[in-house]
Amino acid sequence: MAQRIDVKDLNIYYDRFKAVEDVSMTIEARSVTAFIGPSGCGKSTVLRTLNRMHEVIPKATVTGTVDLNGRNLYDRDVDPVAVRRTVGMVFQRPNPFPTMSISDNVAAGLKLGGERNKAVLAEAVERSLRGANLWNEVKDRLDKPGAGLSGGQQQRLCIARAIAVEPQVLLMDEPCSALDPISTLAIEDLIEEIKTNYTIVIVTHNMQQAARVSDRTAFFNLAATGKPGRLVEMDDTTKIFSNPGRKETEDYISGRFG
Amino acid sequence: MAILTGRPGPGTSPPPADLSSTGRFGDRVFHGLSTGSGIVVIGLVTAVGAFLLAQALPALVRNDANFLTDRVWQVDGDPLRFGIPDLLWVTVISSLVAMVIALPVAIGVALYLTEYAPPRLARPFAYLVDLLAAVPSIVYGLWGATIIITYVAPVQTFLGSVLGWIPLFSTENAITGTIFLASIVLAVMILPIITAISREVFAQTPLTHKEGALALGATRWEMIRTTVLPFGTPGTISAAMLGLGRALGETIAVSLIMGTTNGAFSWSLFSGGETFASRIANNAQEFDTPTKAGAFIAAGLVLFVLTFVVNAMARVVIERRKAFAE
Repeated sequence: MAQRIDVKDLNIYYDRFKAVEDVSMTIEARSVTAFIGPSGCGKSTVLRTLNRMHEVIPKATVTGTVDLNGRNLYDRDVDPVAVRRTVGMVFQRPNPFPTMSISDNVAAGLKLGGERNKAVLAEAVERSLRGANLWNEVKDRLDKPGAGLSGGQQQRLCIARAIAVEPQVLLMDEPCSALDPISTLAIEDLIEEIKTNYTIVIVTHNMQQAARVSDRTAFFNLAATGKPGRLVEMDDTTKIFSNPGRKETEDYISGRFG
Repeated sequence: MAILTGRPGPGTSPPPADLSSTGRFGDRVFHGLSTGSGIVVIGLVTAVGAFLLAQALPALVRNDANFLTDRVWQVDGDPLRFGIPDLLWVTVISSLVAMVIALPVAIGVALYLTEYAPPRLARPFAYLVDLLAAVPSIVYGLWGATIIITYVAPVQTFLGSVLGWIPLFSTENAITGTIFLASIVLAVMILPIITAISREVFAQTPLTHKEGALALGATRWEMIRTTVLPFGTPGTISAAMLGLGRALGETIAVSLIMGTTNGAFSWSLFSGGETFASRIANNAQEFDTPTKAGAFIAAGLVLFVLTFVVNAMARVVIERRKAFAE
């Protein structure tokens, strides 16, 4: 189910602007990998290349390879739609579909996949909402609009929606940056629980969060504004935060810049 | 207080009820101007309604027939005998058919412009569609009555032969300048307004929703179906209603295209007739006595109410869906 990801020589462009340069890394299965770094260093951009959401932006292109399960996601005959069904994503701002009820939101991915059986859908909705620690809060109002929930609940709804299709990898792009501390804690607990089943990659601006939830941490930086971002180093989270290999990592995590 | 309201001096006077107004000169002027504009609009609508009612009443009082149900229009003698069911039917059916034809095309064009067309092409294309709205309706009328009529005739014959058993498509009283032909021309005329509004609302679909759908593995069409279309539905409904309102009131094109049938009424689209507006325009030279004119003004009053009802329905639909919009 959960798979590791091998990224090799990844260069990312927006039109002619090189946003990220020469990233090679391995993301382990059934673990949480955190991407940290200052704004504009390309961590979200790298994240979005892992499920080919990057190319949704006009003129955005990629060179290099991203191997999932031994298959390069950027091979010519790979369908980006199929990739996104295997690699789920949770965004910075909770984005439940406003015109859909709570249960329709969770079932949306399965319905896109062609599932029509009501019993199967209902079962998946309950399983996913339980998986996202949201079931008890919403079980009595599954047919109400998802937009009526609190921000933290909405974000857990989005996580439920993402895991309903049973992806192999779950990408999270600053999932807590729009949430209050209590909701953030709920999401972090959830990440801890579901990492046994998924490969999780999380981008965060919050270094304490990276230290709390992740097993491995990748630090990205950029030489100067307008220069491409690059991967400085990647190691076990405990090592990065106690004894990083590079001086710029230490400067960043100790709060000397960024 | 001084800091909160931006008012000079200490809090000598009680705070204004409207805290967003500073009570300064510019604010007061603008407040007056915008309130005044609002009042003018309300006043205008009320005045038009009052005018129609006042002018129509004398004729309605002297009407010997039932205004709402009798199929007669004799406004020369005294007492008058006139009723509107034929006009109402032709007006409503021609506009509805026009909307049914125009709406899917308009949504298609709007989606193409916002989601599919390369940005370089989308802009000139949008201008082109807007240009359709700038064509004078007399030109549409001429175009429909001379050119389109030859292309629509075989379509009518075909529809009549296949669906003729339905009264709506019966070819019994078939003439050349039909309601159907008018509907097609009306559809072209209301296409730009429906397209323009739909395009605006589709373009406002939040990127986060669209990305959410794509990240779930939606294809482009599925993304449009799950996010863009539901997000745009209330806007599209009001666009359709605006188009309908335009079609209901369209006068000169309809009066050029539609052949009048002398009394013989038919439910068929392949028959002729007159709408409220075209009846009034076709008989403009007959407004010689106030009561006679009043009969036509009464028809105008119904058209006025009809467009009001259409807009009110659009509002109701939009309100109902609000719970599911952000």
